[in-house]
Amino acid sequence: MKKNKKLYVNLGLLSFFIWLLIFSYNSSKRKPEHVSELLNDFSWLRQWPKWLDLPLMKYINIVFKKLNETYGWIFEAINNFLLWQLMTLKNFLILAPWPIVVLGVAAIAYFASGKKVGTTVFVGFCTFFIGFLHPVFWSKAIETTSIMLISIFLCITFGIPVGILMSRSERIRDKILPVLDLMQTIPAFVYLIPGIMLFGLGAVPAIIATFIYAVPPLVRLTDLGIRLVDKEVTEAADAFGADQKQKLFGVQLPLALPNIMQGINQATMMALAMVVIASMIGTRGLGDEVLLGLQQLNVGRAAEAGIAIVLLAIVLDRITQSYGERLQARNMPIKKEKK
Amino acid sequence: MSKIEINNIYKIFGNEPQSVLPMVQDGATKEEVLEKTGHTVGLDNVSIKIEEGETFVCMGLSGSGKSTLIRHINRLIDPTSGDIQVDGLNVMNCNPKELIDFRRHSISMVFQRFGLFPHKTVMQNVGYGLEVQGIKKDEINIRAMEKIEAVGLTGFEHQYPSQLSGGMQQRVGLARALATDADIMLMDEAFSALDPLIRSDMQKQLMDLQAKLKKTIVFITHDLDESLKLGDHIAILNAGKLVQVGTPVEIIMNPADDYVKAFVKDVNRTKVIKAKVIMTPSNQFKDKDKSNNRIKINEEQFLEEFLSKIVCSDTTVEVVDKKGDIKGYITNKELETSLIKS
Ligand SMILES: Nc1ncnc2c1ncn2[C@@H]1O[C@H](COP(=O)(O)OP(=O)(O)O)[C@@H](O)[C@H]1O
Ligand SMILES: [Mg+2]
Repeated sequence: MKKNKKLYVNLGLLSFFIWLLIFSYNSSKRKPEHVSELLNDFSWLRQWPKWLDLPLMKYINIVFKKLNETYGWIFEAINNFLLWQLMTLKNFLILAPWPIVVLGVAAIAYFASGKKVGTTVFVGFCTFFIGFLHPVFWSKAIETTSIMLISIFLCITFGIPVGILMSRSERIRDKILPVLDLMQTIPAFVYLIPGIMLFGLGAVPAIIATFIYAVPPLVRLTDLGIRLVDKEVTEAADAFGADQKQKLFGVQLPLALPNIMQGINQATMMALAMVVIASMIGTRGLGDEVLLGLQQLNVGRAAEAGIAIVLLAIVLDRITQSYGERLQARNMPIKKEKK
Repeated sequence: MSKIEINNIYKIFGNEPQSVLPMVQDGATKEEVLEKTGHTVGLDNVSIKIEEGETFVCMGLSGSGKSTLIRHINRLIDPTSGDIQVDGLNVMNCNPKELIDFRRHSISMVFQRFGLFPHKTVMQNVGYGLEVQGIKKDEINIRAMEKIEAVGLTGFEHQYPSQLSGGMQQRVGLARALATDADIMLMDEAFSALDPLIRSDMQKQLMDLQAKLKKTIVFITHDLDESLKLGDHIAILNAGKLVQVGTPVEIIMNPADDYVKAFVKDVNRTKVIKAKVIMTPSNQFKDKDKSNNRIKINEEQFLEEFLSKIVCSDTTVEVVDKKGDIKGYITNKELETSLIKS
């Protein structure tokens, strides 16, 4: 029975392919006067014939146009909402005096790392050096960071619930895993295309593309983290009569948190990479400094901007990573004790 | 009505357990089922009655289905077929809410690898069962502290589990199970992961607690000595099938098959058998007046305690009850049959 099913699927695919060929041929404007010509004159075998052309472009354009016409208001709303969030965050960071921002970042590192002085000082200096490299970089870095933070915020609000769903049901996991695989195999800048189509140039498509690009590892690690929680521990929660909510928030999520933090860390790093790429579509930020430097054949400027990006990456990585390490240590202090 | 009744439970692990069930009911063995269908038989027609206030021990080799059986009692595992009654409540008919209620108030559990919450302190762990019931924090702390004291962990209440030794961790597990004051306590190889010395400490502690609390305990172990020490009744499982249920003495004196025999082969009988079990009752004892060398022994004493006094001498033991009335006699002859048989 299984064999038969496969055969039918293949036959179906084959007829679809043939239909595609005929359909493309018919809708092509450059086809010969009559089909019989193809059998008399075989020159079309030498060079790819003009009529052998799938009219995908046309239909995608139609779909996007329809989408924009009918659901435009939705995209508009999303656009405005994200833009408003972004502006609020960005303005806050830009208007604040820079020494306070540097100290603020160091303070976050201090608490995230569990009051490790080394990490705090290191992160503080890295932050300082971003502006120190070139005064312009300061506001550009803030712009980059703001876009990233909004994307990460989106990743967390969507990625973690999806990860939780996946950990609960084999069926949902089997459906979502291929989608995640696809999201990770497609080259990053491809995500910019639908974004631009729907939202135009600027920061919002960058946020959307960054979100799509960065969310898979977070979803995966949330799912994995929950499934890796010791079976006896979840059984204990069940055995004492915890309901689903108590089990999830009281036991599973806290114990999966080190893995979820790892996911947030990875998502952050990927988001940074994406935001840099997004400068290609006119998103302002550190990425466009690199681009400018290269366009002006000013290697020094491009390199400086590159270093600033690395510094930003280090700052973000240290903060998220050290927080994850601290959670890990709390759940398994044995390793820590035996020094 | 027994406290816990398990009736004709079958549990088959795999994708389509229902379709495999008839085959198992027709008597196919675990190996046959695995080979033909890829399904694992966890339990094969197990029925057990457990009385209120007793310690019921389930014993068997690893993989014989002990954990599967005990998890049916609080329905952490659903049976493929069969039903379970606890206190007259048919657990199989419970809806999710009733099941949660049942688990919160009537039954608690201790786990082999402790199953403690690593992100909670000892106090929070012990209070977990109360926390999920929605009890106020002050009251939880008071009641948790009581149980922490009962298991002798005072002073450690703000530590995390991983800062404690194995034995102490399992005390936390025990205290957590006691904290909800449920009548029934399930213990899945609760002491198997502990060192021998700590293990006998824990056994003693459990027996002391049980003497006071009189819970119904279902205790799982693969260790015969442990089951003899703790159990009022012992059930022996082999490859998902129940092979024998009985008191420790019944199991030792009359093992049902080779599997049980292999278990009891090396047991030190003198530690298990009581005087009253092997004595010849006074009305059947022929040569009452023959020997002159006599000692009195209480009927509840273990063989071990008086063995040295009679072996290799022609002393006759008079077995007496609490009041001092003679119930029976033990001579070298009775000793011989009880120690050498099978
Ligand atoms: N979730 C499961 N899926 C498949 N097989 C299982 C599962 N749980 C237990 N089994 C099988 O059921 C049998 C009994 O297991 P278990 O009850 O854990 O044995 P024990 O506790 O006596 O060591 C074993 O053969 C085991 O492989
Ligand atoms: Mg087991």
